[in-house]
Formats: sequence, structure tokens, C-alpha cells
Amino acid sequence: MTLPAALWIIVFRYITLVGLGIAFIDYRPRRGIFGSEFVGLRNFEFLFRTEAALRATRNTVLLSLLFLVVGMVVALTVAYMIYQIYSSRMTKYYQTVLLLPNFISWVIVSYFVFALLATESGIVNVMLRNMGREQIAWYSSPQYWPFILLMAHMWNSLGWSSLIYLAAMLGIDPQLYEAATLDGAHKVRQFFSVTIPLILPIVTLNFLLGLGNIFAQDFGLFYQVTRNRPQLYPTTDVLDTFIYRSIAGLGNIPMASAAQFYQSVVGFTLILTANWLIKRTSRSDQDLSIF
Amino acid sequence: MSTHTNAAATVQKPRRKKQSASLQGSPGVRIHSRTLRLTVHIILAAIAMTALAPFLIIVSSSLTSEQSLVVDGFAIWPRVIDTTAYQLIFERPERLYSAYSVTIYVSLFGTVLALLFMSMIAYPMSRAQFRYRKFFNLFVLIPMLFNGGIVPYYILVTQFLGLRNTLTILFLPPMISFYQIILLRAFFVQIPNEMFDAARADGAGEWRILFTIVVHLAKPAIATMALMTFLSYWNNWTTALYFIDNWRLYPLQYLLHQLMRDAEALALEPQLGGQALPTNAVRMAMAVLATGPAAAIFLVFQKYLVQGITLGSLK
Repeated sequence: MTLPAALWIIVFRYITLVGLGIAFIDYRPRRGIFGSEFVGLRNFEFLFRTEAALRATRNTVLLSLLFLVVGMVVALTVAYMIYQIYSSRMTKYYQTVLLLPNFISWVIVSYFVFALLATESGIVNVMLRNMGREQIAWYSSPQYWPFILLMAHMWNSLGWSSLIYLAAMLGIDPQLYEAATLDGAHKVRQFFSVTIPLILPIVTLNFLLGLGNIFAQDFGLFYQVTRNRPQLYPTTDVLDTFIYRSIAGLGNIPMASAAQFYQSVVGFTLILTANWLIKRTSRSDQDLSIF
Repeated sequence: MSTHTNAAATVQKPRRKKQSASLQGSPGVRIHSRTLRLTVHIILAAIAMTALAPFLIIVSSSLTSEQSLVVDGFAIWPRVIDTTAYQLIFERPERLYSAYSVTIYVSLFGTVLALLFMSMIAYPMSRAQFRYRKFFNLFVLIPMLFNGGIVPYYILVTQFLGLRNTLTILFLPPMISFYQIILLRAFFVQIPNEMFDAARADGAGEWRILFTIVVHLAKPAIATMALMTFLSYWNNWTTALYFIDNWRLYPLQYLLHQLMRDAEALALEPQLGGQALPTNAVRMAMAVLATGPAAAIFLVFQKYLVQGITLGSLK
């Protein structure tokens, strides 16, 4: 009964895991994996000598951290606001509308970001023109892109993440809020003294999982929304796009495989560390660690 | 892993229900001040509008003449309604129809196979008496944590499986989601053992139990997952980016990606512009036609999605 899924997992996950080993050979498609020469760490030497690899690492880590922290703060705030008006009929509509972007592909996102930011006809530049300000060539100005990517990320993920926190908030005993109100605590105070402490396990879990995934990014966001513009690479090129470009654009599989090995191993180490931290921080009666 | 997950799933579900019900009438939780309530509503409505605005921009641009897009730029609201873009598409619809049939075929077939295969591994994993349960838990866990990434995957598919430019590659790799296996298992675990004992006493085999009892009892969970799987197939363009270069096999999202690329190539090298390449309005109209069905399906079934995500978040 388990056979079809197990076969799939072996082929697409375990074999590719073993396949990470090609990082140590000078892979030539014509000679095949077993005919190619073993070169030890040479591919890694080439990799880390390129500035692009270091830049991609830096961008990956910094953008992940930015998304993680801002995403968490905004999602918690929005969840708390929805919680406050939970009995309202509007709640349903807010949730639905916020969740919709999660099911829209990055290709479509790149379409409307283009409609907003196109140099001649984009909505933002038309507005700047009407206000008598100078227009900005968005697609060749890398300095704005961390913020633009953050916006696109938030647009996509806010519904889902706030829903998860809202579910946790609904599990809190309402009497605690009644007691806090009687003690004179206002809503903001209640958020920090009642809500946050009680849903802390879920918050910690999500935060640590996010830290563990810091090396993996959403390829579509960085590839589609930036329209893969080389002028934007200084702030938008992450490991996933770097690896993809090494295979597709340059056909440099040794370099790509070294980068892939580096990404997978560091990612794995980070997840193990995150799990260990979750084990350390969670109380004994509710172990939230993943394994 | 399994023990605390299971316990949490069984214990938390009913308790949460009761509390959200009592929430409605409890005075301490809701905001009393009307101004504060109104402020919260205004903020949330503004966020919701921001979530919707991009859809408006795309629809409005698709209903604007190319002339107006060039002269006045894109806008949230069309200045003059003009359906030329749609007429142009339906004058020569081969590429659109081809992409539609690829996407529909892959999404439907992929979703059915995915749910079948995932239930078939999640069901044994959910039963305490299954002998290899521990092994399978580990077997599913390792690839969740340690991912080989796209380089070995690319070589595997192109050099060893020879699946480049086939329909198979479009639905095969995105099929199994570990997150969904874990979720399904959590749902199956909640089914009381007595059900299975009774079925076995009546002479039902494991296959029969899975396809009658388990699937029947986990219907809401399976429906949620079917929806998520279907939409993720519908939105998938990366698989085609890696492995497809025959336009007859382009799924919708990849067709959109290619339209954008063609337009950029034209902008860079105007001498290529012998044939009429899609204009901005036509591309936006294509985006509407490609997203419309997915958005409609989402809106019809979103109630189940909200439930599914909420349950899944608490495992």
C-alpha cells in the first residue's frame, strides 16, 4: 500500500540527496556521473572565489531575516485585530480576502508589480509624474528592492500566517481577558501580557522554523517579481536564483552543484539547530520540537 | 513525534470549538469602545483592499486599449472600457487552449493521484499496529529536513529518467507533499480503533477499510487537501521552466511567463518585431483568463481551506 508514495520519495528525494555528491566531481553530461573526474573540493574553491556566491549568501540571509521578523510582527498584529472583532460578520470576508493572494502564482504577481513599477506607464511613476516629481527607473535601481520584495512577500503570505496565529489566539480562555479588563489593562497591554505569553509556543515554533529555513528561499518571488533583471542582482540575487542561473544560463553544473551542496548542508544544520533550540525552550509537558 | 502530535490533535480540537463558541457571548474579550472597533475595522478593510488591488489592476488593464496604456499608463480603474485584447486572444486561441488543456489535465490527474498515493502511505503510518511505522516516520522525516535541491533533480530528470518535454514530468514531481502526509496521518489517527476492529470482524481487508471507512470519515480533510493540491498544480510554472520547451506542453502559468519574456526580448531587439507580439493589454487579459478559474475555485471552497489550515497549524 505504501509502495507508490515510497517509490516516489526514494526516486525524487533520496536519489537526489545522494546526487548532492556530484559537487565533488567535475560533472560533464557526456561522460555521465560515473565517468566524470573526481576533483575533491575544487568546485567549492571556484564557488567561493566568485563574488556572486558571497553576495547571494548575504542577500539570502538578510532578506530571510527581514521577511521573518516583519512577517511575524505584522501577522501577529493583524491576527489580534481580527480576534478583537471575531464575532463580527466581516471577519469572514477579511480572512477570505487576505488568504486569496496565497493561491496566486508568482507569475501573476510579476505582472501586477510590472503594472505598478514600469518606467513609462507604471502606476507609481505616473503618480510621481502627476505630482511633478522625478520618475524612478525601478527595474534598474536595486536599492529599493528589499522593500519591494518584502511587500510582495507580505501580500502573498499575510493571510496564511495571521490565520495560524488567530487559531492559536482562539484557544485562549476568554476569562483571562475578562480578568485583565477588570484589572484595568487596555487592549495593547492585554496583547503583551495575556495574548503573547499564551501563544508563545506557536510563536517560538514559527520563529525557529523560520530561522531553520533561512537558507531556503521562495524561488518564484526572486526570479519572477524581479523579472530576473541583472541590474537588480546586487540586492535580489539569492542562492536559489544563483543556482538556477548557473545551470540554465551558464550551464556550469560543477559550480551549481557546489552551491547546492553548500545550501543543503547549511540549511540542514540550521534546521537541526532550530529543533534543538525548540527542545531546549519548550516546557516538558508540551514538546513542540519537530522530531 | 507521533505521540504528542496525536494527543494534541485529539485533545485540542473539541476544546477549541467550545471556546470559540463561548467567545461570541463573552463580554471581556470584545472591544467595548465603538471608536476602537471602528478603527480596527478601517485598518482591516484597508489591508483587505491592498490585498485585492492587484487583481483590480490586472482586470482593468486587460479592459483598456493598448493606446491608453501607453499614453496614460496602467490604472486601477479603466478609463474607457475596451475589449480589443480579449478579441485578439480569441481570434487565434490555439496557444491559450493548448495551455488550458495541459493545465486542466495535469491539475486533475495530478490531484487524484497525489491524494491516492498520500492516503495510501498515511493510513498505515497512522495505525499503531503497523509494524514498520517507526521506519516510515523516519523515512518521511529525513527528506523533509535534508533537501537535495534542484541540481541533482535536474540531472536525474534529464539524464536518467529522460522525462524532458513530457506530460508526465508536469504532474510527477510536485505530487507528494510531506506536510500533507503528516496532516493526513494526524486526521487518520483520530479515527477510533473500534471502527477498524468492527470492519475486520466483518471480513474487510485493509484496502477496503481505507477506501470505505477511512476516506469516508476523513472527507473534510481530504477535500481541503484536494483543493490545495489542485491550486498548487494550477499555479506551477517552475517544472515547465526546468523541463519543457515545446509550446504544446506549456501550462498556463508558464505560457504567461513566456509572454512576458517575449515582450522583453522584443523591447531589447526591436528588429525582431516582424510578427505581432502580445501587447500589455493582451498579456493582462491572458493573466485574467489564467487566474480566473483558480480564483473562482478558491472563493467557492475557501470555507474548507480556512478550516484545514487552522487545524493543520495546531497539528
